[in-house]
Amino acid sequence: MAVMKATTGRRKSSVRHYDSVSSRVFDVVNVLILLSLAAITLLPLLYVLAGSFASEGEIDSRPFFLWPENFVTNAYDYMFAGDTFIRALLTTIIVTLVGTVIQVALTLTMAYPLSKRHLPGRVFVINLVLFTLVFSGGMIPTYLVVRELGLLDSYWALILPLAINPFYLLIVKAFFQEMPEALEEAARIDGCNEIGVFWRIVLPLSKPVIATFSLFYAVAIWNDYMSPLLYINDEEKWTLQVLVRQITAPNADTANMLGTQSDAFFPEQGLKFAVIVLATVPILLVYPFLQKHFAKGVLIGSVKE
Amino acid sequence: MATDLVPGVAPDTPKTQPRVPRVTRKSPARRLALLLRHRWLYLMLLPGVVYFLVFKYWPMYGLHIAFKDYIPFLGYSGSPWVGLKHFEELFTGGDFSRLMTNTLILALLTIVFVFPAPIVVALLLNELRVNIVKRSVQSLIYIPHFLSWTIVASLTYLLFSADFGVLAGYINDIFGGQRTDYVAQEEWFRPLIILQLLWKQTGWGTIIYLAALASVDTQLYEAARVDGAGRWRQLWHITLPAIRPAIVVMAILTSGNIMDTGFEQIWLMTSSLNRSVAEVFDTYVYYVGISQGAFSYGTAVGLFKGVVGVFLIVGSNWLAKRLGQRGLY
Repeated sequence: MAVMKATTGRRKSSVRHYDSVSSRVFDVVNVLILLSLAAITLLPLLYVLAGSFASEGEIDSRPFFLWPENFVTNAYDYMFAGDTFIRALLTTIIVTLVGTVIQVALTLTMAYPLSKRHLPGRVFVINLVLFTLVFSGGMIPTYLVVRELGLLDSYWALILPLAINPFYLLIVKAFFQEMPEALEEAARIDGCNEIGVFWRIVLPLSKPVIATFSLFYAVAIWNDYMSPLLYINDEEKWTLQVLVRQITAPNADTANMLGTQSDAFFPEQGLKFAVIVLATVPILLVYPFLQKHFAKGVLIGSVKE
Repeated sequence: MATDLVPGVAPDTPKTQPRVPRVTRKSPARRLALLLRHRWLYLMLLPGVVYFLVFKYWPMYGLHIAFKDYIPFLGYSGSPWVGLKHFEELFTGGDFSRLMTNTLILALLTIVFVFPAPIVVALLLNELRVNIVKRSVQSLIYIPHFLSWTIVASLTYLLFSADFGVLAGYINDIFGGQRTDYVAQEEWFRPLIILQLLWKQTGWGTIIYLAALASVDTQLYEAARVDGAGRWRQLWHITLPAIRPAIVVMAILTSGNIMDTGFEQIWLMTSSLNRSVAEVFDTYVYYVGISQGAFSYGTAVGLFKGVVGVFLIVGSNWLAKRLGQRGLY
């Protein structure tokens, strides 16, 4: 701040303030600040990656490192030797894929009619949706609904209660509204009904939006911890996030959890690092694609109707 | 069917009568006609509406068990009404003041530390003139937003636990003393929660401000420079006014969500050792409602939280409008 004030003080001397010394000092300090922010973001992740390939002794003795002295894969070997981790991984992948398809399909099909200004009852349904943003039944009543539907300990409980994100729905609706009406009109004259128009004209034009929200939904299901905590008791149906929690929680009984043969070497600490890496890598893999789209998505969302 | 589709005029209306059905615009015949004309659109709408009714509005109906002693065996209708018993238990029991204190302290800390952070970072990013640095920094600081709370909690345990926590070691070096298990310490619970929020959400939070900054007309800055304004003055007179609406919207959202402390985050950081400072309404609802099976009492606590939440959202929106800002709605 002081630096910038000094700049102000010198304003009479020249018009090109960016070249003043204090201004340049500020620029350098600014770059350093932001680079250290980036480092703070990244270093914990890099440490965990390095730790997952380090020996137990190294994890205990070295306070911080970005490269293991002895490169070992004990933790990963142990993790993949038992069936618990593989089962959790497959469960999570399948639930994420099926869930994303359902969520995106429901969101798109609901958003399209809501984007038609002439549709009677549209405002009522939109208000129905908006109200849920302000008020909800809450955890216990929702849990009881899931139970009454017989979905406890079912993978559907991880998908259906979150099937439509109201924010995403409203963003997609806004996107559909901006679509030129003329294209749809042409298809209608050619004899398409509304579903035909939606399928042949609207969806092909919406590929970027579909990609964006598929990724957002997929990340949300992948990361979800609350739903399995609430609705899944069966250890056989654990998702990856539950497994991460079970392994990294204090006093975790990891040895008996993973179902690996008892004579195998047990890398107690390394497992904690490895499971974090394994649960994070898929997110980082889709991140570049996410990044391409999300700024736009967030922006559409901030526009009022 | 073709006759049904003529809008506003019922098929059997004699032409001598001056269009009576049009006055009573929503005659059953016309409603049916509209419904048929838009049948495909309504068909598409149906699954989504069913979703909202089943998973959003059915739970709202279920809220009435807050005034009953819900017994699963008897169901919603068979369980006896008990009036305000559960609310009395909540307000007079020993837990309420602790829950309220914990929730409010976390909210206050969030407003003081977490809320301004993205604004500051966005302004710093905006002052960056090396584009490649700007874009790389942005790409990196958005990442944690997409990581789950389980990952963030696990990282926190790895970094701050006594066994081999890196940061635990550094904190000990700075403040002296023996190795401490910071995740188990009551007094470290709140700082750790705030640190997690800062690490996870600051970068993502800058997006909305950066978008507002990007829309500022660069001619304004040129004009200001010609008039002799330095960077500080440009910041004060051009940049800050440009992002003021975004700040207001975010402030409304933040104050409306004071009661929402983020269930997953708090739950994952709560242990038997720090429960007295960690427990907030959300985790309490889970603890009494799901873990202990007190469905009605848990619902009552949740309902109280929800109603306060509505008042906070409406109130903060009203306040923003009173102060001459655009509200959320």
